[in-house]
Amino acid sequence: MVLVDADVGLRNLDIVLGLESRVKHHLLDVLEERVSLDEALVPGKHSESLFLLAAAQSREKDDVETAKMKALISSLRERFDYVLIDCPAGIELGFRNAVAGADEAIVICTPEVAAVRDVDRVVGLLGNRFRPQLVINRLRPNLVKKGKMLSVEDVNAILRLPLLGVIADEPEIIVTTNRGEPLALRKDTPTGAAYHAIAARVAGEDVPAPMPPLAKVTILERVGSLLGGRRA
Amino acid sequence: MIEFLKRLFGQSGSSTTAKERLRLVLMTDHLELAPELIEAMKRDLVDVISRYVEVDRDKIEVNFERQDSALAMLANIPILSVNRPSASLTLVPVESVQPPTAANGAPPNGASPRVRKRRKRAAKKAAGTNAATASAATPASAAAN
Repeated sequence: MVLVDADVGLRNLDIVLGLESRVKHHLLDVLEERVSLDEALVPGKHSESLFLLAAAQSREKDDVETAKMKALISSLRERFDYVLIDCPAGIELGFRNAVAGADEAIVICTPEVAAVRDVDRVVGLLGNRFRPQLVINRLRPNLVKKGKMLSVEDVNAILRLPLLGVIADEPEIIVTTNRGEPLALRKDTPTGAAYHAIAARVAGEDVPAPMPPLAKVTILERVGSLLGGRRA
Repeated sequence: MIEFLKRLFGQSGSSTTAKERLRLVLMTDHLELAPELIEAMKRDLVDVISRYVEVDRDKIEVNFERQDSALAMLANIPILSVNRPSASLTLVPVESVQPPTAANGAPPNGASPRVRKRRKRAAKKAAGTNAATASAATPASAAAN
């Protein structure tokens, strides 16, 4: 499969995947025909079947022509089983370009008021062409249990989308991202397993979306949060 | 100390507040993003009210306002004239004012001659000047004009 970083000007998937030193060419080099697609595709470090097409860093989203982007996605479609386009934030041209060649959409939402509102708007903009699926990211089960965070059910009572998966706000994600080795690869961790379940469900497998387990809180931490924790 | 006890025994979480805020903000967003829906609702609203009183269609204002924990629709509909109370007893539904029904010849059972006569007058009026006010199909409204 290929991962297209469509966030032109804010390249970051190379960092997340630990491929920053291997990127020589980018999306706009291909769109403007300076290099071939093969020259620009960066093979993944951890998987032989994953390729990255990095975003241009010194250019802007408005430099991308929608028609060319669409054509690029269709040529990638012929070569790969899955073309995953990382859509930039916002609802401007960058968003429209990223969406132009896609035929399915996955929306990522954190359990926060502002995020749910934005996702609601984006789902409206995606229109009838898509039936977006929902991934809830950065959920903190302990906070949900205390009634201090919107639950998966709360979020989806509003968005009403097919739930693809739930990813916990796991400190380990920060640690692995620091190293450029995605936690998603470690199937032995609950979060890694959650990513794997999402991938399997995208591939059409009938597996359940696991809910993140409650984090264990030590008595010391509990006393600490009682004394010093701010009222949420 | 109260704060400490509250934390110790648990209080209603902020997620309830979050849910309530989201519900309201999304209602407002959805209304804002569908101006044609509001226009259609305004039209229907006026059509219904016009059956009973004559309103000034050009000066109608419909607004939505957040009121504490609810969203309210505020409509300002200037009324030009109100029918005489006695007339309201024999109000004819808008649908039956249409000329084809009036010209149908065979009235449905139970329709009194008085009502039929009014229908004819209403139909004549609709064909004449203002079709919009024909929905208030009573002699009183015809007299008010």
